[in-house]
Amino acid sequence: MGRTLCTGNYAAGHTLAVAGEANRAARGCCGGAYPITPQTEIIEYLRGFNFRKGRIVPVESEHSAMGVCIGASLSGARAFTASSSNGLAYMTENVFAAGYYRLPIVMIAVNRTLGPPWNIWVDQGDSLALRDAAWLQFYCHSHQDLVDTIAIAFRVAEDARVMLPVMVAMDGFVTSHTEMVVELLDQERVDRYLPPCEVPHRVQHSRPATIGNLTWPRETERHRRDIQEAMERVPAVLDEAIGEFESMFGRRADGAIVAEQTEDAETILIASSTMAATLRGVVRARRLRGERIGMIRIKQFRPFPRSELLRAIGGARRVGVLDRNHSPGSGGIFWNEVAATLHSSDILLQDYIAGIGGGDVTPEILDSIIDDLASRTAAVDPLWQEVAV
Amino acid sequence: MTSALLDEPLLRPGNTNCAGCGMSIGLQWLDEVFADQRPCLVIPAACAIVTAGAFPTTSYGVPTLAATFASAPAFATGVSVVTELNGETNPTICWAGDGGTYDIGMASLSAAAERNEDILYICYDNEIYGNTGGQRSSATPEGAMTSTTPRGKTEWKKDMVAIMAAHRIPYAATLSVAHREDFLRKLRVARQTRGFRFLVMLSPCPIGWKSSSDESIELVDLAVRSGLFPLYEVFDGERYTINVRPDGTDLREYLSRQRRYAGSALDVDAAAGRIARQWRILETMAKQFPA
Ligand SMILES: Cc1ncc(C[n+]2csc(CCOP(=O)(O)OP(=O)(O)O)c2C)c(N)n1
Ligand code: SF4
Ligand SMILES: [Mg+2]
Repeated sequence: MGRTLCTGNYAAGHTLAVAGEANRAARGCCGGAYPITPQTEIIEYLRGFNFRKGRIVPVESEHSAMGVCIGASLSGARAFTASSSNGLAYMTENVFAAGYYRLPIVMIAVNRTLGPPWNIWVDQGDSLALRDAAWLQFYCHSHQDLVDTIAIAFRVAEDARVMLPVMVAMDGFVTSHTEMVVELLDQERVDRYLPPCEVPHRVQHSRPATIGNLTWPRETERHRRDIQEAMERVPAVLDEAIGEFESMFGRRADGAIVAEQTEDAETILIASSTMAATLRGVVRARRLRGERIGMIRIKQFRPFPRSELLRAIGGARRVGVLDRNHSPGSGGIFWNEVAATLHSSDILLQDYIAGIGGGDVTPEILDSIIDDLASRTAAVDPLWQEVAV
Repeated sequence: MTSALLDEPLLRPGNTNCAGCGMSIGLQWLDEVFADQRPCLVIPAACAIVTAGAFPTTSYGVPTLAATFASAPAFATGVSVVTELNGETNPTICWAGDGGTYDIGMASLSAAAERNEDILYICYDNEIYGNTGGQRSSATPEGAMTSTTPRGKTEWKKDMVAIMAAHRIPYAATLSVAHREDFLRKLRVARQTRGFRFLVMLSPCPIGWKSSSDESIELVDLAVRSGLFPLYEVFDGERYTINVRPDGTDLREYLSRQRRYAGSALDVDAAAGRIARQWRILETMAKQFPA
């Protein structure tokens, strides 16, 4: 395919399309398409793609976009869609249904502030509100990360040991609408990378079953525990999928977390998506000045990579979490998870809520946050970091 | 009444339908016409999914998907698309209540009809939210008492066939469990038609109608004979056929046998007048635009 200059949305649309097309040797592909800024370019790309065995249905709502994916996946097709913000909120009921039905659907979530008031800029609150829906969640920091993660997402979702849907998130506008040089995936290698999609519980006329009728508490609890156990198998399956991806495409994709200079770090900053990319430059500069500082980018939010995180945090004394999201009455959502992970340690853990509503989190702002963290003797309630725009 | 291929009825005995439930008849007749094609049923939240019973058993002898309340047409679209992509011929059939059709599912239903998906959509209209214990829907007729219209509903029933016909779908028709041959014939027409087909069946519900379970079929017969529930077909949204005309039966005959109307403030003469006007429209359409 070669290197291409394109937007994050284009890269995502293209990767979904070649993944769908790759299933033409099996039961084909299908998805629902519904526009919302900033993801619209993705569904436009899908509608324009000439699938040999696939159809993208132009539905009347996000609720139905996921409904079509569910019906298609239960019929054994590879299914995918994309949405943002209020679209994800509107889709919610069927997002949960897809998770509970154990369907290997892949959805691109282009993070955007939930309204009202209306704001089209990045904020992770939309996809994080769906964290309990039995979906895996990956937050990407670059166009290449996005492309590679989408391909890997299908592998992991469709693996019999997992059999769960995957949401791949990117930052609205910052990633979706900016152009970067990216290595797009070629059909021929995607055909080989993705095995035919097999949904073991799909509709089969030789085995007439009712999918989703009533269950008693005991079966329901078993079902939920099965999902938890499938989540626990993700690290091993993801590892394999990344390994296979590397041997096919010659590139190593990032795993659940990316730790940098954490080995001897006293202070560690945790961030996700593009904020982590900005943070990287700041942390490197401070390292050069002799500070014992490191950072962790959390890419995989579900399942939450607790053991990887504990290992990477190691003996650090101060940890700051950057959250471009907020749970009213609580705090940053990543911070909540990190706090649960560190519950038995005496690390100073401080939450910084920054870039809400798409505010630009500059290196200067990150520097001031790190200065604040260095000066603290004890953690306080989540701190709101005002940004200029 | 058994599936040719599986020797298995579409609706198995021992299901949880109440005695006198219209669904029990409708599903058996559906079996008669469609069993050999082995359909896939898509059923939204409603009494009809409770009919299946509790996992791991099921009362449905064909593959059945439980859809979220508003989503039967969207789920069915996915099923139907993939069925077609794979060159399979199994029909995709939505079996939905009036709540899932007239109310919460309206948008996804309208959209699937507008796209003319290859789906047979059958609404069993018991004129109430049965599964949640009997609340009003927009299919509940004027005057009927439900748990959320304790003094009787004040609004008239939504005209769903007119709405669906306005989508210019290939086939829309009404079904009566008191008119077996007409019912089966319409299912056969639906079977031979491609694209979106919409059928609505007046589905007696002794619980919601507060009627006697042994009078279910008779009640539907009275609804047809009094003109309240016209039996007709609309082809491509523009050609009309009337199947059964009212025979002068007094509407009171129908109303008086259901306690949901007992003590309601319904003005029966006004209702009869509205029915007569509906019929004038229908007769005009059938005359001007015959099938
Ligand atoms: C989104 C959502 N809202 C509400 C419900 C609760 N609910 C389940 S079935 C039902 C009523 C169904 O009525 P209808 O479609 O007429 O079918 P019936 O039960 O009468 O057969 C309701 C309100 C639900 N399952 N999902
Ligand atoms: S409540 Fe009414 S619709 Fe539901 S099963 Fe009983 S008779 Fe049928
Ligand atoms: Mg009903």
